Amino acid sequence: MSIGHTLLGLLESGPRHGYDLKRAFDEHFGQDRPLHYGQVYSTMSRLLKNGLVEVDGVEAGAGPERKRYAITDAGVTDVAQWLSRPEKPEPYLQSTLYTKVVLALMTERNAAELLDTQRAEHLRLMRGLTERKRKGDLADQLICDHALFHLEADLRWLELTAARLDRLAETVRG
Amino acid sequence: MTPEGSLLAADGLHKAYGATPALDGADFSVHPGEVVAVLGPSGSGKSTLLHVLAGIVRPDSGTVRYGDRELTGMNDTERSALRRTDFGFVFQFGQLVPELTCVENVALPLRLNGVRRKEAERQARDWLERLEVEDIRGQRPGEVSGGQGQRVAVARALATRPRVLFADEPTGALDSLNGERVMTLLTDAARDTSAAVVLVTHEARVAAYSDREIVVRDGKVKDMLAGLQ
Ligand SMILES: Nc1ncnc2c1ncn2[C@@H]1O[C@H](COP(=O)(O)OP(=O)(O)O)[C@@H](O)[C@H]1O
Ligand SMILES: [Mg+2]
Repeated sequence: MSIGHTLLGLLESGPRHGYDLKRAFDEHFGQDRPLHYGQVYSTMSRLLKNGLVEVDGVEAGAGPERKRYAITDAGVTDVAQWLSRPEKPEPYLQSTLYTKVVLALMTERNAAELLDTQRAEHLRLMRGLTERKRKGDLADQLICDHALFHLEADLRWLELTAARLDRLAETVRG
Repeated sequence: MTPEGSLLAADGLHKAYGATPALDGADFSVHPGEVVAVLGPSGSGKSTLLHVLAGIVRPDSGTVRYGDRELTGMNDTERSALRRTDFGFVFQFGQLVPELTCVENVALPLRLNGVRRKEAERQARDWLERLEVEDIRGQRPGEVSGGQGQRVAVARALATRPRVLFADEPTGALDSLNGERVMTLLTDAARDTSAAVVLVTHEARVAAYSDREIVVRDGKVKDMLAGLQ
């Protein structure tokens, strides 16, 4: 999962301090792995260098967590591109997909669109596997079936999420 | 708009059941030999779209064109004649005539199109063989398994060599192995005869047999091919 894009996405709804960014990340996406402060600052300094965020103010006191960051136009474009780009189907994709859906909802983008695009990407791969299965021997068929069932599981989760987008939107927008 | 070279094309379809809108400005097109999967949540209008495309249900507005003919301008007799000669149908359940044997079921649409009994049954046997259920030709639908019955239904749908095959959840009642086999046989046969296939399904593994997918949501159609460009 891309921490940079996730933090950028969180900044879209308004400038935040470093500690506030970490808190928001942990609350929405850090179920298993809360962020370290070190990750926040290394990520923010990279985003600063690339012009995707800017320092919007500094609170009195020492320490990088006192910096307040704001997203730049280039940053907004970067988030939009990340959200609209389908993920390469692979095992355990759900945390990235979940993050994308939640961020799309938080930033009032079209989450259903994102799910459709991802489904298309999955289906593209599934068509290839199905074709290979059609032409292959039994061993090919079994190998392809394994991949197909996993991809299908991703998609079933996607459909279920799509069906619950309205409720999820209420939750994440508070 | 009706895309170039399409065999069946619909434009701006609307259909409501009482106050419930089932189709709300749906467009569609399919080319000869193309398999299009129709995806979308339950109640989104997939079956209604299929029924309107096949001329079973008349839309409130919008047009359906088949070749150079306008389905929406035909009367009931013309449309049912067209369905018999040019279209084939496979549904999830209960489409075989319980009193007839499997071979008679497959021969039935040929007989209705004026093919003599002997010839119709010979062709029916060929189709049963192709669908790998030749051995149950003398049995009645009540005496065969779900997977076998569905293969007979596919054989029956293909026997008239339809130009368009409409399939609504054709594997919905089957286990994975039977479902996959039915899809392989169905799409192989459709490709061999250059039939277009309109395949409604909610299963991704079934949709993976298609060439392209559309998504129906709230009675509108999203063409993923166009959407991705
Ligand atoms: N014959 C009918 N009478 C009344 N309402 C119908 C009828 N057929 C479909 N509907 C309604 O139209 C909408 C679309 O249904 P349908 O096309 O069957 O969706 P899907 O096949 O995607 O599940 C649903 O709200 C459904 O309840
Ligand atoms: Mg249906």
